[in-house]
Amino acid sequence: MISFSQVCKRYPNGFNALKNIGFTLEAGEMALITGHSGAGKSTLLRLIAAIERPTSGSIIVNGQNVSALKSGAIPFLRRNLGMVFQDQKILFDRTVFDNVWLPLQVSGFAPKAATGRVRAALDKVGLLDREKARPITLSGGEQQRLCIARAIVNRPSILIADEPTSNLDADYARDIMGMFKSFHQVGVTVLIATHDVELLGSTQLRIFELNHGELAT
Amino acid sequence: MSVWLSHHLHAFVLALKRLAGAPIGNLLSIIVIGIAFSLPAGIYMLLENLQAFSRQVSGAPQLSLFLKLDASTDEVEQIESRLKQHPKIASFEFIAKESALEQFKQGSELADVVDTLEQNPLPDAFLINARSLSPGALEELRAELQSWTNVEHVQLDSAWAKRLDSLLKLGRLAVLMLAALLSFALVAVTFNTIRLQILTKRDEIEVSKLIGATNGFIRRPFLYFGAMQGMAGGLAAWLIIFLGIHLIDDELMSLMQLYEIDLRLYHLSPEDSLGLLLFSACLGWAGAWLSVANHLWQIEPR
Repeated sequence: MISFSQVCKRYPNGFNALKNIGFTLEAGEMALITGHSGAGKSTLLRLIAAIERPTSGSIIVNGQNVSALKSGAIPFLRRNLGMVFQDQKILFDRTVFDNVWLPLQVSGFAPKAATGRVRAALDKVGLLDREKARPITLSGGEQQRLCIARAIVNRPSILIADEPTSNLDADYARDIMGMFKSFHQVGVTVLIATHDVELLGSTQLRIFELNHGELAT
Repeated sequence: MSVWLSHHLHAFVLALKRLAGAPIGNLLSIIVIGIAFSLPAGIYMLLENLQAFSRQVSGAPQLSLFLKLDASTDEVEQIESRLKQHPKIASFEFIAKESALEQFKQGSELADVVDTLEQNPLPDAFLINARSLSPGALEELRAELQSWTNVEHVQLDSAWAKRLDSLLKLGRLAVLMLAALLSFALVAVTFNTIRLQILTKRDEIEVSKLIGATNGFIRRPFLYFGAMQGMAGGLAAWLIIFLGIHLIDDELMSLMQLYEIDLRLYHLSPEDSLGLLLFSACLGWAGAWLSVANHLWQIEPR
């Protein structure tokens, strides 16, 4: 469950990225955030993961008030979130397997149990046969799938993705979107920021449209 | 518990990998630390050897008590009985002025000159062995005896041993200061090594933070690395001293035999060696901690 109420984000340079945002995404729901570039989509997602703090208002994620979270508690919030970043943040100095393994290492998984989970995550995104490959040898679509595998390996209850289909051609993009839908079908709360609405076709999804930092109704 | 253990194991293995990952650079750092530490540790080792040597040659120090020239026989006996009752005195020997003059005549070429003297210039004397041989207690006893009436002068025969002792104390102080200064060098070396590591691991640190790594998780491998490098530096210092002893021991022995002195160099005791390793490990850890505390907060996810 993600709930925003009267959230404002003003950057130190005076730019108002978000103005009075309020919405609730129930557990197991899937929604899209759309809007022009600079509308505040990324900022909204970053507030959920406490990468940035709101200037005012409250953000509740899984019953926790993120806006008032102590910095020592932030890592534990993030372990319950699967995140796919706009700039991917793949580590190119290690194999595909090790990239996906990192979140489990961070939360202190025993190596044996971790290996099974990493393989399962790679299998879900169709990269199991590339586990020993270097990320640099993967295609753009495969790199994006690697990011998704890393986001879901912890089996989070919430999955957030920032422009997961940018830089991908239409076939790959549909592929990726299909994956998110399948996670939604097994009960994961999914929130995706994208400027590419046509991609979703005719599915009945909630869509939040951001316009200059304000939520269009 | 098992999570805690696996985190520490992970950090330990990662630190080892980083140490082995850049062998030349890390080896050079370790040698720098080793050389810096071998200086105070080596001087300390020499001082320890010198002290053992001084204990071995000085034997039991004696006090010489000279009476006033005009002291009468009664007064001499009075002092003798006081010495007998004194609790701090183990034994003493009386040397009458006549026998002292006799000894002097035999032992020197000035016998003829002495014969021309109208009067014996030497006083009666006591040779005293004290119960406690510590320099402080001896000095106290000397001062006490000096204050007695009819006592002209009390001399501590072990004055040179005392001088050596205070020289050693001075040396130890110098070692302490040198060690303190060079400790800063170790901290600085580790600080810089870790700073470079943090800069090259920037991406990894950022991603780890984004996927829920605690600061402790990120800090730990660096701290382990610092402690390991410090300890390896301490070990290098130990080896340098070992090598140094090996190189000069034979030469020193043959030199000392010319003076009929049996002096051999011994390496640091096991306790001191362990202390050296632990101390250098702690300093490495401290340097790493400083570096991490200084640089890690700069890497926040953007």
